[in-house]
Amino acid sequence: MNLASLLTGATQLALVVLGGPLLLGLMRTVRSRLEGRDGPPVSQPWRDIAKLAHKQRTRPNESSWIFPAAPLVLVATAATVAVLAPLATLTPPLSASTDFIAVIFVLLVGSVSLALAALDTGTAFGGMGASRALTIGALVEPALLVAVLALSLPLHSTNLIAIVAEGSAHASVLVGPSHLLALGSFVVVILAESGRLPVDNPSTHLELTMIYEALILEYSGPDLALVTLGESMRLAIWFGLFVNLVAPWGIATHAGALAILLGVLAVALKVALAGVAVALFEVTTAKLRLFRLPELLAGGFILALLGVVTGAVMR
Amino acid sequence: MTTFANALASAAVVVTVAAVVVLWRRRLRSILVALSIQGVALAALATLLGAHEHDGGLLAVALLVLLVKALLIPGLLARVIAATPGARETDPLVNVPASLVIAGLLTLVAFVAARPIVALVGGPTGRLVPLGLATVLIGFFVMVARRRALSQIAGLLLVDNGIALVAFLVTSGVPVIVELGSSLDVLFGVVVLRLLLARLTAAGVRDLDQLRSLHD
Repeated sequence: MNLASLLTGATQLALVVLGGPLLLGLMRTVRSRLEGRDGPPVSQPWRDIAKLAHKQRTRPNESSWIFPAAPLVLVATAATVAVLAPLATLTPPLSASTDFIAVIFVLLVGSVSLALAALDTGTAFGGMGASRALTIGALVEPALLVAVLALSLPLHSTNLIAIVAEGSAHASVLVGPSHLLALGSFVVVILAESGRLPVDNPSTHLELTMIYEALILEYSGPDLALVTLGESMRLAIWFGLFVNLVAPWGIATHAGALAILLGVLAVALKVALAGVAVALFEVTTAKLRLFRLPELLAGGFILALLGVVTGAVMR
Repeated sequence: MTTFANALASAAVVVTVAAVVVLWRRRLRSILVALSIQGVALAALATLLGAHEHDGGLLAVALLVLLVKALLIPGLLARVIAATPGARETDPLVNVPASLVIAGLLTLVAFVAARPIVALVGGPTGRLVPLGLATVLIGFFVMVARRRALSQIAGLLLVDNGIALVAFLVTSGVPVIVELGSSLDVLFGVVVLRLLLARLTAAGVRDLDQLRSLHD
């Protein structure tokens, strides 16, 4: 690992840390404008994080070390992926061993740690939220793995950087039916995994329907600031990975300063567009009943499976 | 991979995905939309084949498919459910997630079973045959697992569209007269079923399993 790749990794990390909360703010602003409200400014999540960081921290009496550790794990896993994944550049550190499946499971470690922390609080809401979050996680995982299989078929490799590089080099890969089906499944997975509508309403505080909010109900002060930061980083990473699999245009193919600057701008623009698109979708859709979620996620799974079959057929 | 092969595969994939959507969505209107899209994809596939082989007859077949499978049949069925716009498949025999998984298994079965055909036909068309077989199998499954009469008709149409897809792929297009015969057959079948369905609806039968015997 040389200095240049370390610098590019640091650039990507800075991009995700700074941009994640802004993405969250952008999506909220778009939603409130469409609902006829003025809404908070785009920078509001950053202001919330700064405010929470100065507040007093309270923790449930009965909780163990898991409760304070979970936000750290969440941010640490998101930061690891932010450094290693091909977001702005195809030359991040350790690019030869950035396995797609490993990247996804490092991200999922964050959600599992939050669910464990919610169980650790011993409250009814925490347990309910953890049970729902893990149910969704268990349904998301097969779809995700099969989608990765479909994406990795043309190259016979699950190296994430190689997959994105292939798409950036040959546009015909991007419009292949197998690739498109896998990405369709990816949309379902990302909506479920980042707790957006129709799976979970991110702005609800209604006890009976909330999933993600129930997980983090007991967090306060700096802990909550970390959780908010970590979640927004994860959202930005999911979106960044997705847009680079859909349209890897503008991504830096070598470690030059100008190329990386362009890559940063390109990925920021694409992720912002994706955020606006998801916000538009969220305004027009209603939350699914919890018992209908398996239908949606099984649909995501079958799309990915058809992607694999198509990929195998076309070889 | 050529653009032609890619486009051909995309059209065939849309046909199979539409079959899955029929299983996935509960609203009868969505099922009809999926059938209509399937018809458009079949017509697009026939057009692609016809343009590639400079076969005017195949283009006529494509037009026929577009008229009958994408417009006429879904239109006829839409008139039946027009009275109940929000009608749903409320209580299928196999629930939706399980039937989607079964559809996945059927696709894999089709993939394995079609190997000899793929080896025989070969080329960019022959290797897509598994997708047609999968559509046929999913259609049979819809007929078995669904209770609403309209869903069962949709299953029948899926089987027919799957067979048409296989026919296009294996024979590089069928003669106009053959396609005319089969399309009109299906059309008349649907007209009769539609009349039957209207009578059933008028008699207040929502679920075909409620029919214990046939009365005059």
